Amino acid sequence: MEYEPIIGLEVHVHLKTKTKAFCGCSTEFGKEPNSQTCPVCLGFPGSLPVLNQVALGYAIKVGLALNCRVQEYTKFDRKNYFYPDLPKNYQISQYDLPVAKDGFLDIDAQDKARRINIRRVHLEEDAGKLIHKQDCSLVDFNRTGIPLLEIVSEPEISSPQEAYEYLVFLKSVVEYLGVSDCDMEKGSLRCDANISLREEGACGLGVKTELKNMNSFRAVREALAFEITRQTELLIQGKTIAQETRLWDEKSGATSSMRSKEEAQDYRYFPEPDLPPFIITQGQIDGIKKSIPELPREKLRRFIRDYGLSEYDARIIVFSKKDADYAENCLEIFPEKNKKPIANWLIGPLVSEANTRHCGIADLNVPAGELVELVKFVQRDEISNLSAKLVLAEMIDTGKKAADIIKAKNLIQISDTASLEKILDEVVRENSKSALDYKQGKTGALMFLVGQVMKKSQGKANPKIIQELLKRRLADA
Amino acid sequence: MEINKLTAYELIKKQNAGEVTSQEIIDSLKKRTEDVDSKVKAYVRFSDKSFSNLQLTTYNLQLPLRSIPVSIKDNICTEGLNTECCSKILQGFKPPYDATVIRKLKEAGASIFGLKTNMDEFAFGSSTENSCFGPTRNPWNLECVAGGSSGGSAAAVAADEAILALGSDTGGSIRQPASFCGVVGLKPTYGRVSRYGLIAFASSLDQIGPFAKDVRDCALLTQVISGYDPNDSASVEAEVPDYTKALTNEIKGVKIGVPQEYFIQGMDAEVKDIIEEAINKLKGLGASAGQISLAHTEYAVPVYYIIATAEASSNLARFDGVQYGYRYRAGSQSLIDMYNKTRGDAFGDEAKRRIILGTFVLSHGYYDAYYLRALKVRTLIKQDFDAVFKDFDCIVTPTSPTPAFKIKEKIADPLKMYLSDIYTISANLAGIPAISLPCGFTKKGLPVGLQILARPFHEEMLFKVAYAYEQNTPWHKMKPEL
Repeated sequence: MEYEPIIGLEVHVHLKTKTKAFCGCSTEFGKEPNSQTCPVCLGFPGSLPVLNQVALGYAIKVGLALNCRVQEYTKFDRKNYFYPDLPKNYQISQYDLPVAKDGFLDIDAQDKARRINIRRVHLEEDAGKLIHKQDCSLVDFNRTGIPLLEIVSEPEISSPQEAYEYLVFLKSVVEYLGVSDCDMEKGSLRCDANISLREEGACGLGVKTELKNMNSFRAVREALAFEITRQTELLIQGKTIAQETRLWDEKSGATSSMRSKEEAQDYRYFPEPDLPPFIITQGQIDGIKKSIPELPREKLRRFIRDYGLSEYDARIIVFSKKDADYAENCLEIFPEKNKKPIANWLIGPLVSEANTRHCGIADLNVPAGELVELVKFVQRDEISNLSAKLVLAEMIDTGKKAADIIKAKNLIQISDTASLEKILDEVVRENSKSALDYKQGKTGALMFLVGQVMKKSQGKANPKIIQELLKRRLADA
Repeated sequence: MEINKLTAYELIKKQNAGEVTSQEIIDSLKKRTEDVDSKVKAYVRFSDKSFSNLQLTTYNLQLPLRSIPVSIKDNICTEGLNTECCSKILQGFKPPYDATVIRKLKEAGASIFGLKTNMDEFAFGSSTENSCFGPTRNPWNLECVAGGSSGGSAAAVAADEAILALGSDTGGSIRQPASFCGVVGLKPTYGRVSRYGLIAFASSLDQIGPFAKDVRDCALLTQVISGYDPNDSASVEAEVPDYTKALTNEIKGVKIGVPQEYFIQGMDAEVKDIIEEAINKLKGLGASAGQISLAHTEYAVPVYYIIATAEASSNLARFDGVQYGYRYRAGSQSLIDMYNKTRGDAFGDEAKRRIILGTFVLSHGYYDAYYLRALKVRTLIKQDFDAVFKDFDCIVTPTSPTPAFKIKEKIADPLKMYLSDIYTISANLAGIPAISLPCGFTKKGLPVGLQILARPFHEEMLFKVAYAYEQNTPWHKMKPEL
């Protein structure tokens, strides 16, 4: 019997507001523990929350970008549970009237277009951070009260790879909107997954497990793959799946049970009496709608269509808005109709430089005009590809202009045949054996001779022209 | 001249005339407190050092409450001054900030009295017997309770240990003790006075309000503490009228509704007579009175005890021994064990009862049957009032079905105790303002209170009617012998 997985994802993103969700404390990351707190986020007796309207606006923006229905009437609820990182011992969240619901996200997974439905988008406050020491536990409340958006998909993702792609697209959309850093390392994006198996083609859902503690998209994919294997084996053996929450362990590459359904908490949700319901007007929605930029998937399609990029190439630069904007700028000012030469530079040398420097291509800080200049030097055959790559590295390191570096290093290729013929003369004379080899049909010898010319010219000879000249000369003789 | 027996209004006039100084006001209150508080126990944490906490403000003739000391209930945050809700669990808690009302008082020139007033733990009760410091006694009869939960504030004003006081009212906690102690007490419209800095009992019902010796002082204090506060999302941006303009001693044509559902079995016969007499008095002053129906009155108490306990169970979750207040220190096996021992040790019986009740009604599978239903009935109760206020300017009722009862009389029977708020709870559920003022005495010499209710944000109607009644009756001038 074959089984198919049904996956749903819950994604939490920190909203990039200046102040916290319900008080005026700063949200800056990495500050001295408990330095960004006040009676409100510390849950001191008598303090009251006041909603950060910017956070609400961001939540609406994400809802709209995910094609959701934004609720005209939204309210907050208390989620009650005891934990030392939660100073009020309840979290202000949203239960039955989230900011937005019933949307979808279109993605491309394994070259297929897929529409993943979004169940809800709601706003809540983050908890603090516990630091466990040998003989005690400490708590840092700086993170407490940072606005958090929870985006819940319908359980209809059909494979770990599709889950991975969903996360890539979702992260990109949120980043495009400018509402979150989406940095998993800083905890500004977190993901939990629900997964169940059912007989292929069957209706209804099997017993689900909830997976937690995945610290990267890759970890989500691996944890899901592990669960599919684990659950399939159990089902084949005729055993049942326990409804439970399981923790992914990165080191062992396995999940293990954290708590069973029976141990699940009753959160006793009820409307937050300290915050009256909020009315979201059509005017507010229209205003926010106007601020939504072109989203990654549209941009992807457009880059493929307008700039002749392959899907593979386009994906490399589109998911980061900064990189996509930079790339588009380069593509636009490149003065030829055929954008292939500049596109190849973007996804080739630029991406490889960015990768070695662990950043995006836009972060390399090469002005678009300068990159275009550099590519034009190559186009005009004035410098070799090899030199151009070295020039690029220097541009990144020093911020100098392409033309200045080329001039300073005297990198302009020797393309005039008179000068090249002289060097050729010497090389053929000094390497008469190789020349003979070539004439006798050992074509590989030609490249050796080209290399010798390059060496003698200190890399400045135009290799294409040398090759032509050499061929002609050795054919003549 | 016994300065402490004067009203704030009189003291302001005397200060302006140079007949009394702010120091003399303080000194006379200190002396009175030292003389009688061992009997009344209106204040908590009384010690030789208590008065050094007194926060004197600068003398400024322009300010509305210049140099008038105001006594504060133990659940309203005062910066650096213990605020413990009369609960062991908040032992030693000194708030790092002032409640909005405290800030407003200071800005109005008032001084904050250095002793906080006694209350039922977390305002859970109607007799101030549920205080970890023991009960406050009724100045009119020390065998009787002062009412609750703001019993300390009511008794302090009644015993002339305070000029003015603040309390909080979630289901009658200002009006019922005001009635028991023979003083004036007001629960403002929900949203009129900021709750910021009031340690929450039931957030959708709580309001801070004044205690005073007469209606003018009550209006004066209400004026100062009212108004929109951006720190309380439930506070309302509505203009605060000049309440002294309502003190006209003129109520001709005012239409008073008398709810038939409030004159029922279980009501003390003497109280009934006194209230009927008061209504006749109002009619004699030119008001008209007609019978009205508040059909859902019988559900008010059960609805209240579902909503209030649900909110309380969540509001009190933060008292866990982690950040502030009491923590069980004799050794805990685990985090949960620390929570259990701290809360088990430090919460009183009534607090535990309400936390359990509230946790139960919010639990999975019970929410719809209890909490959600209670919210629906709450809407019906509010609609009852809306309908009445289409035709009537105010509603007049007894504040409490009985005068002050004996200490320990009801403490063992929570249901009986809960019913003592039967006339006051509806105003909190509907969010409307209500005042209680003295309207007579029983044969045994215990005060009886008259409750007046009005439309939301129409506190001036309460002052208008109450002032006219007061100016034509002697009750507010009576003083207990101590």
